[in-house]
Formats: sequence, C-alpha cells, structure tokens
Amino acid sequence: MSRFSPFNAVALTFGFAFLYLPIMLLVVYSFNENDLVTVWTGFSFKWYGEMFANRGFRDAAWVTIRVALISSTVATVLGMMAAVTLVRAKVFFGRTLFTGMVYTPLVMPEVITGISLLLFFVNFDINRGMETLIIAHITFTMAFATVVISSRLIDFDMSLEEAARDLGCSRFEAFMRVTLPNIAPAVAAAWFLSLALSLDDVVVSQFVNGPGSTTLPIKVLSSVRLGVSPEINALSATLIGLVTSAVIIATIIQKTRAVRES
Amino acid sequence: MMIRAVKGLTRRLPIIIPFFWLFVFFLTPFFIVLQISFAEFEYGQPPYVPNFRKVEGLSDFFTQLQMMTLYSYEILLSDNLYWKAFLSSLRIAAVATFFALLIGYPLAYAMSRAPRSWQPILLMAVILPFWTSYLIRIYAWKAILQKNGFLNNVLMELSVITEPLTLLSTPFAVYLGIIYTYLPFMVLPVYSSLEKIDPSYNEAARDLGASGLTAFWRVTVPLSLPGVIAGCFLVFIPAMGEWVIPDLLGGSGTLMIGKQLATELFNNNDWPVAAAVAVCMIMVLIVPIVIFQRAQESDQRRRQEEG
Repeated sequence: MSRFSPFNAVALTFGFAFLYLPIMLLVVYSFNENDLVTVWTGFSFKWYGEMFANRGFRDAAWVTIRVALISSTVATVLGMMAAVTLVRAKVFFGRTLFTGMVYTPLVMPEVITGISLLLFFVNFDINRGMETLIIAHITFTMAFATVVISSRLIDFDMSLEEAARDLGCSRFEAFMRVTLPNIAPAVAAAWFLSLALSLDDVVVSQFVNGPGSTTLPIKVLSSVRLGVSPEINALSATLIGLVTSAVIIATIIQKTRAVRES
Repeated sequence: MMIRAVKGLTRRLPIIIPFFWLFVFFLTPFFIVLQISFAEFEYGQPPYVPNFRKVEGLSDFFTQLQMMTLYSYEILLSDNLYWKAFLSSLRIAAVATFFALLIGYPLAYAMSRAPRSWQPILLMAVILPFWTSYLIRIYAWKAILQKNGFLNNVLMELSVITEPLTLLSTPFAVYLGIIYTYLPFMVLPVYSSLEKIDPSYNEAARDLGASGLTAFWRVTVPLSLPGVIAGCFLVFIPAMGEWVIPDLLGGSGTLMIGKQLATELFNNNDWPVAAAVAVCMIMVLIVPIVIFQRAQESDQRRRQEEG
C-alpha cells in the first residue's frame, strides 16, 4: 500500500518543486566560474572569494547584524508584555485600539510602515541612522513576536501561576519562575523570528536608513536593480546556507528537548 | 496612597510599555502622514512646507488649518496614473491570491493527509523558504526569467521555442513573484485548519453515502474556510502594497500603487503626494485589515474557550 495517494503525491511534488527549484538553481550557479551567470563553464569558488573581499558587503553585514540583535531582543520583550496583556487582561480601556495596533503591522504593507516612520522621523527632526533603523525594526517585528508568544500563552495553565502566588510569590516572581520557563520555547521562537525578519528587511529599512547605516539587503537591492551578478549569487547562497543550517539546528534542539521532556 | 499608586502602575507596566511604544511609533506616524499629505510641496529639505509645527493658541491653530492644501489629493484625482495604479494593484493582488490558493490548498491538503511522522518535516519545508531572504527569492526569479536565463535556455534546448521569450519585465513575472513569495502565507493557515479536522467527520460522510469528492466538498472544504480566509488576507493585503517585486520583476508597464509611492518619494521627491498616496492606500486597505483582525480575535477567543 502506498503511503500517499497519487493526487497528494503530485500536489506535494509540484508544490515543493515550485518552492525550492529557484533557490536551488541560485545555489548551484553560485559555483559557476563564468562571468555570465546563466552559462555553466565550470566549478569554482571564485565568486565567494570576491564576495568576502568586498568591503562594502562586510560593513553592511555588520550594520545588519547589530541592528537585528538589538531590535529582535527588544521586540521579544515588548511582544511578551503585549502577549501577556492580550491573553490575560480581558477588559481594559483601549483594548480595541491596543489589539488593532498589535495585529495591524502583521499585514500592513511595508511601504506604508516605511513612509510613516520616515515622515515621523523627519517631522521631529530625528536624524536617520542606526537608531531609527532599530526603532523601525522593533516596531514591525514586535507584532510577530506577540503572535508567536500569545499562541503559546493561551495553552498555558494559569492555575500554575496562581499556585505560585498563593505560595507567596510576587506577581513578577511568579511570572519569571513559573510562566516564563513554560513559555520559553515560544519566546525563543519569537526572538528567532524577529531576528530573521530584521536581518531580511529591505523595504522599511530603505525608508528609514541614513548615511552610514546601509544594511546588507539595501546594498543587495541596489545591485540587483542593475541586473544579475555572480557575486550576489555567492552572497545569496551563503545566506541561504546560514539560515538553513540555523533553522535545522533549532529544529533538532527543539526535538531533542521535546523527547527529553516526555 | 502613594505606594498603592506606584504599585498599580508597576502592575500595569506590561500594558503601558508596549501600548506606549506602538502609540508613538506606529499610530502617531500615520497622523504625521495625514498631516503632511495636506502640506504644500516645496523645493528643499524636507521637500514640503512644514505645517502644525508650532501651534500658538486656538486662533493660530485655525490660521494653520486654513493653510492646509488639498493640492496633493487634486493631483491624485486629476492624474489617471494613480487611478490606474490603484486598480492594477487590486487586480494583481486578487489574481495572485487566487493562484496562491489554487497552488497552496492542494499542497496544504496533501500535507495534512501525509503520515503523521512526515508532517513536522513537511511543515518545516514550507516555513524554510520564508526564513530565507525575501529579496534573494525574488532575485532568483530574475535569473530564471531573463532573456538568457535558465527558463529560456531550457526551452531552447528542448526546441520548444526558437527565439528567447521576453519573460522578465512583464506582468507575468510580477504575478509569479508575488505567488512565489507569499505561498507559505497561504499554505500555513490552510494547513493548520485542515489538520484540526477530525477524520471521523469525513468517514461519517462516506458512511452516509457521500462519494469521496462530495465528502471533500461538503465536509472538508467548509471546515477549512477559516484557514482559507486568513490565508487570502495574508496574501492579498501585503501584495496590494508590493514595491520590491514590481520594481525588480515588472517593467515600466506594470503599475502598482506601492511602487508609485516609492517613486514619488525617492525619485520625484514629492513627499506630500507620496503621503497622499499612502493615506489613500490605508483607506482602501482598512476594510480588509479590520475584517482580518476580527477573524483573528474571534479565533483566539475560541481557542481560549476550548483550551
């Protein structure tokens, strides 16, 4: 007996081929030594060498990493607070406004978030640079962190925290010692997601960055506009490799932990 | 008295801090956009006449109010370009959403029917492209679709075509880019609602004489609707405002409102018009956004009641 019906097998094959073929082609051709991207002439690491020697890429990568680390950490903390509020406080003044503000950035087209923040910073004479990038990234990644954490918090048994309170813990202590360890996987996932979104962001960053705060995606965008280049292929393949291994490692850690718990 | 007030405040910090942050950096900027959309364009830095910067008293407020100009909106209304860009964005987003559903639903369905042990791996395989850079995924299509790109090379090799086709800088490339980029946003909510359906419902329908197809149409599809609706919104709303995809894959002929906004801002340096475009976009999108939020909230409430 086959494990997949023919229809399901076709749907899976076609769907995943569509998702993965373009990325795989990009990775394969990053090892092409030809200057012309699409004509295969031989295997080579040449473009990886050029990429690592590119100072512009290195500087931009450093800016991107710093912005992502700071903004994802702050976004996760803010998202955790927002999640606690949304899941626990049923009625409070301005709840509709609050939920609206939390969920809207999830679907709001990035150009709108970008232009609003840009005009906001200009209107209040705030110079654009690393700080404005960080603020912008916190603002739009926070929504994702909130959703991830609140979906775990909903399943958390509140009576555990109440028990800790009855035993004399303060609210804060009870949260830190009982609730937080329980929702830790979701908090880690939220941080990871915010980090990835921040590292990846190009639209919002394009609006709010300033001189000296060019991130890697902004740099890639401006060179991709000019056309396809083997150096960008090598950079893309490197990033894909990094992200893929990170996701796989995170999944394995999660799995082993789940096994150990059960 | 004092201590109680302080205590009450500390207890409310988890509400106050994120509320304050979003109020300042998410809500206020929209009002600034609204304000600047009424400002007058001028050559300079910033390229508009600041309004409502210093309001001294009520009478000054009214004088400033009278200085507001609807000029940017008049441009939007009188120039056909903006109308066309809006309508074309709506059409592109709607068609792309439809195709994302057409590809995404069977994929999500097959995933939910796969052996239990396979499902986490399949789920990760759908999420993985979402983690890899958005820009890189669009760039990959550029390499595939260009004149001497992979697709043309393959088709020529197979003698399907003799002359390379123009695939890049066409509406087709934009549709493809949007469908490709947003497919995981469709698959994930659809899968999560399909996966929750108790298989015994389907068996019951079959026992009562429904054919496999009938059972699918009348049991599975209606039960998966919440996921379908969420997926459609998650694709449609951001697709409507796309800028990078039409910029990289579309030609000058592909009008999209998000791209138009960026052009006004970065190339024409006309900030009031860019702000007016943003205001109109928000007004168009507020309806689907509110519907989406209501659905999200009622879904959350249901889960809380069940859990």
